[in-house]
Amino acid sequence: MANELFIVAYDGVDRDVVDYAAVRAKASGASLHIVHVLHWSPYSFLTPQELEERKMRRREELERARSTLLDPLVAELKGGGLSVDCEIRFGSPTELILEVAKTRQASLIFVGRSGKSSIENKIFGSVTLGLAQAAPVPTVIVP
Amino acid sequence: MRFRAAFLLPALMTTAHALPAWAQEAEEGGGASIDQWIDSIVAPVTSPFVNFIFASLPGTNLPWIVLWLITAAVIFTFYFGFVQFRMVPHAIQLVRGHYTSPDAAGEVTHFQALATAVSGTVGLGNIAGVGVAIAVGGPGATFWMILSGLFGMASKFTECTLGVKYREEHPDGRVSGGPMHYLKKGMAEIGKPGLGKGLAIGFAICCVLASWGGGNMFQANQAHAQLVVITGGEESFLNGRGWITGVIMAAIVFLVIIGGIKSIARVTEKLVPFMGILYLLAALIVIIANIDHVGAAFAEIFEGAFTGLGVAGGLIGALIQGLRRATFSNEAGIGSAAIAHSAVQTKHPVTEGFVSMLEPFIDTVVICTATALVITISGVLQQDPTTGLYVWDEAAGRIATEGGLTGVELTSAAFGSRISWFPYVLAVAVVLFAFSTMISWSYYGLKAWLFLFGDNPSSELFFKLLFCFFVIVGAAISLGSVLDFSDASLFAMAIFNIIGCYFLMPIVKREMTSYVSKLRSGAIPKYVGEQPA
Repeated sequence: MANELFIVAYDGVDRDVVDYAAVRAKASGASLHIVHVLHWSPYSFLTPQELEERKMRRREELERARSTLLDPLVAELKGGGLSVDCEIRFGSPTELILEVAKTRQASLIFVGRSGKSSIENKIFGSVTLGLAQAAPVPTVIVP
Repeated sequence: MRFRAAFLLPALMTTAHALPAWAQEAEEGGGASIDQWIDSIVAPVTSPFVNFIFASLPGTNLPWIVLWLITAAVIFTFYFGFVQFRMVPHAIQLVRGHYTSPDAAGEVTHFQALATAVSGTVGLGNIAGVGVAIAVGGPGATFWMILSGLFGMASKFTECTLGVKYREEHPDGRVSGGPMHYLKKGMAEIGKPGLGKGLAIGFAICCVLASWGGGNMFQANQAHAQLVVITGGEESFLNGRGWITGVIMAAIVFLVIIGGIKSIARVTEKLVPFMGILYLLAALIVIIANIDHVGAAFAEIFEGAFTGLGVAGGLIGALIQGLRRATFSNEAGIGSAAIAHSAVQTKHPVTEGFVSMLEPFIDTVVICTATALVITISGVLQQDPTTGLYVWDEAAGRIATEGGLTGVELTSAAFGSRISWFPYVLAVAVVLFAFSTMISWSYYGLKAWLFLFGDNPSSELFFKLLFCFFVIVGAAISLGSVLDFSDASLFAMAIFNIIGCYFLMPIVKREMTSYVSKLRSGAIPKYVGEQPA
């Protein structure tokens, strides 16, 4: 099972889930796919000014997530001898992680449990429940 | 840059000098004198322009500008083969995201562009404007309003397609467009750069003026009037103290557009659709509760459209009021909405044209008609029981009502006669609608201003400060000539915009034909099946 793939739902704050998934992946020789979802609804309301700046902001958000969060993380894990890649998506975290898990035929999903009080974690809390209910593959909830 | 600074500085100083004098007069002379003072300065300068815009066609009392707009709407309707009926189902699919690539997630969706444009248009026009139309033109005005809304969809289609096609995509990722861009670039493309530039400048000047007037002072003024009514009318603490409302509203506008406090804008943008839906629901409740009167109401609307049913102007009176108020409400042909629609993410400009057609439909055909039905059903308009004709109040120049109501008060009374507490909700809705219209128009005006004076931070700040200042002026004074002028500037935008649209409509047609044939052949990818269950 050398080509097993684990999905890690990473909110940008909770490193524990990544570290735990890395340990498990190493133990079973699996590769990691880190998914970072930027919350976005196609039905939210924006002012005209925000419409104008949306594309610019999107670019900035992507750039920031990539350069400050994911690139260092992937480099670090790769340094530890793991096979790792990542993707950043816009939308509803639960839906997108499920979609990625299906299309990539992952065998496990790792997700954090909200314990901290940041807003992102509050959003992520519902993602944990959503994945627990709807995931097509075994899902590990990391405390 | 030198020229700009030289232009802005004297203007800034004049305003700074005028302010203390103005405030002083407020303390000494009270409300009326400021109004008269402003009127006496503004009227002689602006009245020739106002008279020109609203001049009637010889032998009628139909303003030529109304005919200009409706003619354009009819021409676009035929030229694009009744696009507003053929492509509506596709427009709805576009709004629902059936054709939006998942890779584009995070960019402006069709839904968002439409929602922003709709909350900029739905407002006092739907509540106060319809009140005026029915009071002066009778229920028959509704028929012409609906017709104007349906034809106006084709004008909206034309201008919004062009808005997306000729938008500016800045290197930093900002996207902005609108008539000033498509008039300049589009006309240059067809070999008329001089005319295009002239039209673009004319449009931008009128857009700036309209953003201060109809998009700002008028809104502040009407919001204040509503606040006075619900806080006790004549006895209200706010009565005659418009500057209090003005300063508060200006402070909030300041926080949003200069302070960058997006949360306020976001709350408003969320509340506005909610209020819109609440308003429609209330109208539906009134309509359903009086379902046995609805047939009669429609009969009056159709009969009134052609006979006037006792209205002094008859057919023409109903027609003028219907067309004029519908245009003021849905802004089709004016060009303003093209600014909001142009930031959408799409590979095919014409898709936003299709989506934008829903805007006059929602605004005029649905919301204005609901208001009109409620007024007609409520019985606030006095009717002669023997002839069935409306009682005409000769002195006021409108249909007689208890208390001689028109505008927003008529609408409020009509709702109040069926749902006693609704006028309070309506007042909140009016204030919110006014506020969101101001936010939208501050943006439209700013874009036109920057087009005229160059894209730099100091000129941007100057415009925004002026905008906040006009909020206070609008709420504080009763605006005769100022309002007429801003009303006229709004319609004047249509002169430049529509001339340009006539020249550029073959380009829109090419876009449409090529897109529709791709759509038929299945070359336009559809993504709806990819959503996880």
